[in-house]
Amino acid sequence: MLAEFLQYLFTGITIGATYALIALGFTLIYNASHVINFAQGEFLMIGGMATVSLTAMGVPMVFAVVLAVILAGVLGIALQRFAIAPAKQADVVTLIIITIGASIFIRGIAQMVWGKQYHVMQNFSTNEPIQVFGAVLNSQSLWVLGVGAVMVVALVLFFTKTLIGKAILATSMNKEAARLVGIRTQMVLMLAFMVSALLGSVAGIVVAPITFTSYDIGIILGLKGFVAAAIGGLGSGVGAVVGGLTLGIVEAMTAGYISSDYKDAVAFSMILLVLFFMPRGLFGAKVVERV
Amino acid sequence: MLNRFMQSRLRGLMVLALILIILPAFLGNPFHYELVIQMAIIAATVVGLNLLVGFAGQISLGHAGFFGLGAYFTGIATGTYGWSSVPALVVGAIAVGIIAWVVGRPILRLKGHYLSMATLAVGFIIAIILNNERAITGGPDGMPVPALDLFGWELSTFGQYSLFGLDISGVQAWYILVSVVLLLAVWFAQNLIESPIGRALRSVKGSEVAASVVGVDTAKYKSLVFVISAIYASIMGGLYAHFQGFITPAVASFEFSILFITMVVLGGMGSTLGVILGAVVLKLLPQVLADFQELETVMFGLILMLTMIFMPKGLLPTITAIVSKRMRKKAGGEA
Repeated sequence: MLAEFLQYLFTGITIGATYALIALGFTLIYNASHVINFAQGEFLMIGGMATVSLTAMGVPMVFAVVLAVILAGVLGIALQRFAIAPAKQADVVTLIIITIGASIFIRGIAQMVWGKQYHVMQNFSTNEPIQVFGAVLNSQSLWVLGVGAVMVVALVLFFTKTLIGKAILATSMNKEAARLVGIRTQMVLMLAFMVSALLGSVAGIVVAPITFTSYDIGIILGLKGFVAAAIGGLGSGVGAVVGGLTLGIVEAMTAGYISSDYKDAVAFSMILLVLFFMPRGLFGAKVVERV
Repeated sequence: MLNRFMQSRLRGLMVLALILIILPAFLGNPFHYELVIQMAIIAATVVGLNLLVGFAGQISLGHAGFFGLGAYFTGIATGTYGWSSVPALVVGAIAVGIIAWVVGRPILRLKGHYLSMATLAVGFIIAIILNNERAITGGPDGMPVPALDLFGWELSTFGQYSLFGLDISGVQAWYILVSVVLLLAVWFAQNLIESPIGRALRSVKGSEVAASVVGVDTAKYKSLVFVISAIYASIMGGLYAHFQGFITPAVASFEFSILFITMVVLGGMGSTLGVILGAVVLKLLPQVLADFQELETVMFGLILMLTMIFMPKGLLPTITAIVSKRMRKKAGGEA
């Protein structure tokens, strides 16, 4: 009984931590530029796939991870510079379609380079599962949680302690004013996309040994991350983390106790419920519409 | 006289009718017909979606859900329960309309990204149900759908028919049917846009707050147009099911929803002929790109991005703007 519950809880927290990292990526870009980046999931895919193929070529794991993260970062900058920045004053829908176009483009390249099959990544440490009160815990789950926690702390420090982080915050609050005090907002936007891509690729790498990886995993993971971000309230960092963890746990519990067929429906029913009662998510800012 | 006629709201309808009459001269084989019939069915769906997106300014990333519900309602009613097609399409449209009204009321209070999230969620839930209720829908493997019957007259793509003494094949008969349906869809949409309802909708798009201040019941009109666009999708989904003869949950998928909204935005939001052009282009593109094989997906994504970056208003409005600018320059030069 307890073992079963713990088992589902571990699964939920692990996948929830991944959702939280994706949701943070969404939040970051949303705050900086008010764009919902539908290509967010592709950063995860790039992270996982690049690491797998680099290690297969004989590159040591650590270097492979670093290279994969750099690759994703460059991709994030390119996305902002070549797809989002030129579209400047476009409608919300138009921007959504542009990022969807970008995600199809990236997926197409991944499919050419890495093929359509699933790729397996080894656990970072032991393959031996850990026993906790009768429940089995995959050692990789600890990696996901640990890395997730480190990323969150690093983000908090980045935004509160560094000048660049504060510049991003300033730009998100008021772009014109930020430019007036000498912040190069175009640079800041590129930076926001880069950090978001870094977050995504790291999430993609740590979770790859659990979920496997293939060229098309980005679609559903990206959407779940978007759901998590919306549950928490778009633009709220705390909301993204809470939303991600909640979503992961509820999903795992549903799959365990009710029906695994309807596991994917959980995320989407949950977001509808939350939005019915709280149209701006759990932690979303109250916005007064200026007329 | 001719000029005034060209300015009227029937202009678009006339242009479209002319194209539909001339087009068969260029259609060589049944495959071409099939492609054009699919295009027309999807075009009529996006004409309905455009009412919501282009005129009322609301986003829907889940419209394939309603298309899929219409398709499956028709498939199950005619296939499993032996209904004839017309009642199946009508009852299906009513059922989908009611569903759209029930979910639309709370959803349409949301704005921007939250609305896109909520509509995306509705579409996903419908697709997941269609995938999992195997006993009713056949699950991921899909289900066969009988041929369309119109008042006891069966219209199969493999049949042979005669119309006013002319021998026509099944696909040609289908072509005539969907042409008429597409023209009706456009005619209804254009009339709606010019009606008081249409004006109310455009005021909602312009500024929802201003609209409600001057007494427009914005919630009511938004729900109304949401229901109308869902009914469009449902009827066209039903026809699609009959035409294909086989449906899978892919008709309700997220990818399909994205395709619909992309057709609207790419063709030109708020332009009825524009979104039809969008449907034609996005349906043709994979055929053209098939020659590139491995590069197909990459090219598709690239073209999508580039068009939206450089023509954010959409294909048709951009082209018309360029043409009319040239014309004016020319006219100015002559004077």
